[in-house]
Amino acid sequence: MSIFVNKSTRVICQGITGNHGAFHSARCIEYGTNFVGGVTPGKGGQVFDKDPAGNVIKRPDGSQAMLPIFNTVAEAVEQVGADASMIFVPPPLAADAILEAADAGVKLAICITEGIPVMDMVRVRKLLREKYPNTRLIGPNCPGVITPGECKIGIMPGHIHKPGNIGIVSRSGTLTYEAVHQVTNAGMGQSTCVGIGGDPVNGTNFIDVLAAFNADPKTEAVIMIGEIGGSAEEDAARWIARNMHKPVAAFIAGRTAPPGKRMGHAGAIISGGKGTAEEKIKTLRECGITVAESPADLAKALLEAMGARH
Amino acid sequence: MKIHEYQAKDILRRYGTPLLKGRVAYSVEEAVNVARDMGGSVWVVKAQIHAGGRGKGGGVKVVKSIDDVRASAERILGMQLVTHQTGPEGKKVNQLLVEEGCLIDHEYYLACLLDRETGRLCMMGSYDGGMDIEEVAHKHPGRIIKEWFDAAEGLQGFQARRLALRMGIPAKLVNKAGALILAVARCYIEEDASLVEINPLVTTKEGGVIALDAKMTFDDNAMFRHTVTESLRDLTEEVPEETEAKKYDLSYIKLEGNIGCMVNGAGLAMSTMDIIKLHGGNPANFLDVGGGASKERVTAAFKLILSDRNVKGVLINIFGGIMKCDVIAEGVIAAAKEINLKVPVVARLEGTNVEKGRKLLDESGLRIQSATDLTDAAKKIVAAVK
Repeated sequence: MSIFVNKSTRVICQGITGNHGAFHSARCIEYGTNFVGGVTPGKGGQVFDKDPAGNVIKRPDGSQAMLPIFNTVAEAVEQVGADASMIFVPPPLAADAILEAADAGVKLAICITEGIPVMDMVRVRKLLREKYPNTRLIGPNCPGVITPGECKIGIMPGHIHKPGNIGIVSRSGTLTYEAVHQVTNAGMGQSTCVGIGGDPVNGTNFIDVLAAFNADPKTEAVIMIGEIGGSAEEDAARWIARNMHKPVAAFIAGRTAPPGKRMGHAGAIISGGKGTAEEKIKTLRECGITVAESPADLAKALLEAMGARH
Repeated sequence: MKIHEYQAKDILRRYGTPLLKGRVAYSVEEAVNVARDMGGSVWVVKAQIHAGGRGKGGGVKVVKSIDDVRASAERILGMQLVTHQTGPEGKKVNQLLVEEGCLIDHEYYLACLLDRETGRLCMMGSYDGGMDIEEVAHKHPGRIIKEWFDAAEGLQGFQARRLALRMGIPAKLVNKAGALILAVARCYIEEDASLVEINPLVTTKEGGVIALDAKMTFDDNAMFRHTVTESLRDLTEEVPEETEAKKYDLSYIKLEGNIGCMVNGAGLAMSTMDIIKLHGGNPANFLDVGGGASKERVTAAFKLILSDRNVKGVLINIFGGIMKCDVIAEGVIAAAKEINLKVPVVARLEGTNVEKGRKLLDESGLRIQSATDLTDAAKKIVAAVK
């Protein structure tokens, strides 16, 4: 088991003919993701069979990928049964792409795009809740989701992952890779890794992912990686204290971040004295969660949390 | 992106927000002319900088004669204005806003912002205006009143009136106050603002409701559809290195320490600062070189980091991911040679071909040490700058 994605997830990419979309679709196919097609308005009928460097794309079994490109997501759903979409559409058009996926009945929309206007996401979030409650949006501004050995949707390096029992959820990309790397080095593997993204308004939050890990029989323990800005980590901490029956270890990035400055991610900002790392770490600890002091100790904190429960 | 008060007021005026008459002035003569043209007997001369607390710092003067307009303008224009938001060095005043005066009855607070918890927009008001709202929120949280709304429907009239009444605005002024609040909400949505703050919003002895001050910041990600707003950017108000960084699509923030940081990914970049501090050092900057970490970007990042004279060493922390470590190492070496690197550098690379990458760095003949992991990297760079 795993959460959100597995080997039977049928994946398309919106924006598959763009540079990034094509490059990362190729990497996902090579990883073994069940990729069934792509969407670029105006390029329907073409075939996706090469990455931007002009190389043919081979699946792990050696077969060559030849994927149909559609003009609309609805066609991709109808003709190849797509149920998940990886979105690589540029920021001005990304909100529309998310809604197109939802309207076509895609169950999982994973938006990698960084730089979508907040007001667009405020609109998307409301529409998803009211009109498309069966579509889960992950991101935007996220690395994606991977169930090691089964399905990779996103920009993460597949090879550092190993199938296993640790769930990872994070607001950051490379910091997630750091956690994966440490978990793998410690002789464990990952059930699923979910990047929820660095934007202030996103589709899936920590609690959604934690609840899914809680219900997943394969996930034994969870690493949660947060950062400054907002109060999603505090909300998650209180939820964990009441509901989570699996060990959780956490890390919060940005202890040294100055207030009032956006630290790369649109959502990573301390404003009005709120959203500091100290405040988050304090709440997490009060809720009984093991918090790593150093980003080098993510796996160590996880083992501590697991030991404390056993 | 931040703009000045006079610019924010120009935008708010377009949405029908009631404001006092006034105009920007870039010289003492201009300030005097603005006051003369407006007429009246009371004027307010206000320093225009991107920071709050201007009144307390001596940047706002109420005057009752043209001579005093001149005297105040002479004093404020060109001064280094220090407020609790500028830091001890203050900010140079390059322009003034000269406004007519009014007789204030009461000062309220009004702000429109994103409520991250609900993913909705929020109009926030308080009876306690004219002061630091964070202090009010801390001491009397019950005195901050909120109305939530969505971008598509906007704030409704009844919500605006309800907010006004609950803020303590007299009932006889509720329609005027409601109209002002609605104008702010519309402006917030249509301009892709991230904050509109009216502090204070005042009721006057003459029975008016007026936005006496205005602060506005915008969502940088939405500026592609607001080219006019983008042109209001005042580069003299921004940190030059941060402006330079944007040209190369790098995310850079200057800090106080002496260890420069070059990292890929925002979360890892923050964590790298944190781990330097944890091992007794002080980061000089936040810098996200992005996913690619190509030679060109690494070179630009090096130049930026080293333009800060406090920097005594640089820590490079790249999680290779899809890019191979030997390719990154080659980029780092080429960049270091190009800029004639003088300070010690510790590089921690991780990912595919990590051994090859480390070997390239160690054999480069440059002052670049490779590190085996994050802790090792932090310890090495802290020791190197001591």
